[in-house]
Amino acid sequence: MLTAKLSAIDLTLLRGERCLFEGLEFALNHGELLLLQGANGSGKTSLMRVIAGMLSLESGEILWDGEPVSRQRQSFHGALVWLAHQSGLKDDLTLVENLRFERALRPQSSVEPEQVFVRLGIARLKALPLRSLSAGQQRRVALARILLADVPLWLLDEPFTNLDRDGRRLVTQLVEEHLADGGLCVLAAHQDVEISATVKRINL
Amino acid sequence: MNDSARTQPGIFYGLVAITRRDLLLAWKRPGDVLNPLFFFAMVCTLFPLAVGPSAEQLTFSGPGVLWVAALLATLLSLNSMFMGDHEDGSLDQVLVSSQPLPLLALGKTLAHWITSGLPLVLISPLLAMTYHMPADVVGVLMLTLLLGTICLSLLGSIGAALTVGLHRGTALLSLLILPLAMPVLLLGANTVSLAADNEMYSTGMWALGAYAVAALSLAPYATAAALRISNE
Amino acid sequence: MWNFFKQLASPPHFYRLAATIIPWLAVPGLLLIAYGAYAGLFLAPEDYQQGDAYRIIYVHVPAAYLSMMAYMFMALGGAIGLVWRMKLAHAVGAAAAPLGAAFTFLALVTGSIWGRPMWGTWWEWGDPRLTSELILLFLYFGYMALRSAIDDTAKADKASAVLALVGVVNVVVVHFSVEWWSSLHQGQTLFKKGGPGMDAEMLYPLIAMIVGFTLVFGALLARRIRTEVLHRERRTRWVREMILSPAGGR
Repeated sequence: MLTAKLSAIDLTLLRGERCLFEGLEFALNHGELLLLQGANGSGKTSLMRVIAGMLSLESGEILWDGEPVSRQRQSFHGALVWLAHQSGLKDDLTLVENLRFERALRPQSSVEPEQVFVRLGIARLKALPLRSLSAGQQRRVALARILLADVPLWLLDEPFTNLDRDGRRLVTQLVEEHLADGGLCVLAAHQDVEISATVKRINL
Repeated sequence: MNDSARTQPGIFYGLVAITRRDLLLAWKRPGDVLNPLFFFAMVCTLFPLAVGPSAEQLTFSGPGVLWVAALLATLLSLNSMFMGDHEDGSLDQVLVSSQPLPLLALGKTLAHWITSGLPLVLISPLLAMTYHMPADVVGVLMLTLLLGTICLSLLGSIGAALTVGLHRGTALLSLLILPLAMPVLLLGANTVSLAADNEMYSTGMWALGAYAVAALSLAPYATAAALRISNE
Repeated sequence: MWNFFKQLASPPHFYRLAATIIPWLAVPGLLLIAYGAYAGLFLAPEDYQQGDAYRIIYVHVPAAYLSMMAYMFMALGGAIGLVWRMKLAHAVGAAAAPLGAAFTFLALVTGSIWGRPMWGTWWEWGDPRLTSELILLFLYFGYMALRSAIDDTAKADKASAVLALVGVVNVVVVHFSVEWWSSLHQGQTLFKKGGPGMDAEMLYPLIAMIVGFTLVFGALLARRIRTEVLHRERRTRWVREMILSPAGGR
């Protein structure tokens, strides 16, 4: 049997009294997109946090290269980047200062920052503190982090929030390119997403 | 992707980066650094106002008062250690980084000490003077505060990590940290008192140093574990 | 061996086992305390220095000893819970904390009552044991406050386990630093270790009291763990079945 790059066996997650999911399974390979769908509060973000290794499960295991991630946390974290609800960026720091720190958290990357800024249309904003940027612009800075990380696994939690139509198209494009390059992506969205790739769905 | 360009970074890379970022943030918001300092100075001022200006009494109680004030000022600054990072989500990013978490926690603690402990040490001679402390005792005071604030920042990082994201954080943090910090206070203040009485004070100093070394090697692991637990 | 522990740690099994054990701990424990109290208060001779005042050791010493013991239980339970993810171990910590705090408080009160005729004051900072005991009480308060501040039980378990482990290291430091501190100030302690030749008539009741207190502590702890387990497992099938069964939770 071929082992999938990223897979989950029998995931059960309790939050307090509530059972968010039980016996959940999936398998994801290079070039594939896992789409998490469901209403607000259905557990998309929680599942995302489980995959990122932030929540402890009642039962089950996430496997990366067929190995439980709990046993290789550091190397697994070195292979993923996570766009969460909150930007994870500092309002007081400029774009460059913010991304320099992000870079230090994933120092293996060899991507050139300048190209990423131009691609995302934020090159002119480099010297401004994040506080003075609009919500959409801040979202683009958060996206820059994803591209700069240069890792195979993308975890994107509602990546379209706050973006205009161009921005949404850009995200779709970036994900498609990443998948075409052999990357993996887990994407949570409450609305429908049109991405041309092998898509697997989980409805929560 | 060029493999040769992917050099393995040093183990302290993340530590240095997070310390530098926090220092930069403190530089842009100096209020967070100055408030505990003012608090320290004010507590030291309150005491003579409450018990009277008699030089003899102030000399006698100076070491204790300065140390208690330093402890309280450190406590005041602890709450914000992980709070900002928790609120804007950058703590989540730190938790999924490929760098070892205990070292990142140590980096944050180091930044906290540089912005809260070190300034206390540096202004302590000024306040010690108002308590008529002789110069050689001031040296001992500064050394104990130097070691002591390192211990307090490290211990405090555990408490701050355990209470990050809780509503009643501040009061709870004091309740957790104060009993843990009591030995540090006891060793620090009494060492200075012994020095003031011209007695041998090296035992206390060594004990404080040993405490600092032990805390330096153990606390980051506890803080890292606590951060993972609090962010579940 | 491992299987034995596994089985012991399963909540329904422990719940039933504890019910059988409790009377075996409580009855001998109470008998020993009854003997110890009678022998200690009426049969044992007066102390040539302290007169009748020393008799409070029959409560003070076991309480002080159990205040440490309960903390050890908390820390050990926390460590086992963190390392082997054993939920029952966390329940032990949760159950032990209020008991430990109660014994610490008892040790402080009896120490203070004892100090009154000895020192002429209710509280003497110079006594290292009382001071350490007071710090221990604060450690218990911190532990319980942290537990109650976190809503999610699993999270509260783990966070308080970390705190208990940090605290247990600290208890040792507190002990030595307070000893050093009181030696600077010529502090004097009420109870000298191993005392110069305690009379057998004084000693046996004390041993009986210590063993009796420990057994009763065990019974109380088992009972509290039972309650804790029941509360934590309230949604599970075994609890529901047990409550609906004719025996009704016996």
